[in-house]
Amino acid sequence: MTFRRYLVLAFVSVSAPLGDTFLDVGMKRIGPVSPAHITTLFHAVSTPWVAGGIVLLIGFFASYLTALSWADLTFVLPATSFGNVVVALLARFWRHEQISLARWAGIFLITAAVGFVTQGPSYTEHEQPITAPDAKEVCHP
Amino acid sequence: MSMLHHSAMANAAMIGSIVVAATVGDVLIASAMRRIGDLDEIKAHSGLIGAIRAVITNTRFFCGVAAMAVSFFSLLFALSHADLSLVAPASASLTVVTNTIAGKLFLKENVDKRRWLAALCVCVGVVLLAR
Repeated sequence: MTFRRYLVLAFVSVSAPLGDTFLDVGMKRIGPVSPAHITTLFHAVSTPWVAGGIVLLIGFFASYLTALSWADLTFVLPATSFGNVVVALLARFWRHEQISLARWAGIFLITAAVGFVTQGPSYTEHEQPITAPDAKEVCHP
Repeated sequence: MSMLHHSAMANAAMIGSIVVAATVGDVLIASAMRRIGDLDEIKAHSGLIGAIRAVITNTRFFCGVAAMAVSFFSLLFALSHADLSLVAPASASLTVVTNTIAGKLFLKENVDKRRWLAALCVCVGVVLLAR
């Protein structure tokens, strides 16, 4: 793992919870959506907060794909779960939601667990690596 | 009491929908990225356009994106009813557990004791989050 790769994982951690918080602000302004008016969800994506959240989540997705191209899924997802802590901090100090002691303990436990995972190897080497024909063409012209 | 029970069931159903769709999407996308190869290497050889082409011409990737889209709209629906501090951590953490199992079963990843233990800790963490 290089420093640049850790930066990619850090961006994944921060951009996802920030995007979720933007979505939360936007959806709370719209109000509860009933199943009878489900098309309101499609209207929601054109509102500024939800659109901003989507932009952040697109950034998250690009960095997430990059990470998955050189690390296992079971390595990347736990490594990025630090975002739960960011969500809790944003929910508490920006959205002014109440976070109980039990929830803080849960968030701490999850973060500690996923931090533990990052101490191990990041990628499983298969004996016969699978390579798609189109990727072969790009990798070995 | 009945209202409270109904609310808890509704939250569980909404979070469950997000988790199932996200897991299917994650596994399909991870599988696609493994087939495509290291994006940094592809970018070095063929530039950014080559890397984007390698990703968007992969069918499995698009199936994964479709599942993630279902997960996204489930998240929007859930956020309009429940607190962010419950929905986001609970769905994200449960997705870690289901992805650990799916990674072992479908992606044949080396899920060692360290990763299983972490998944167990995440489960306990989710229980604490839901209190």
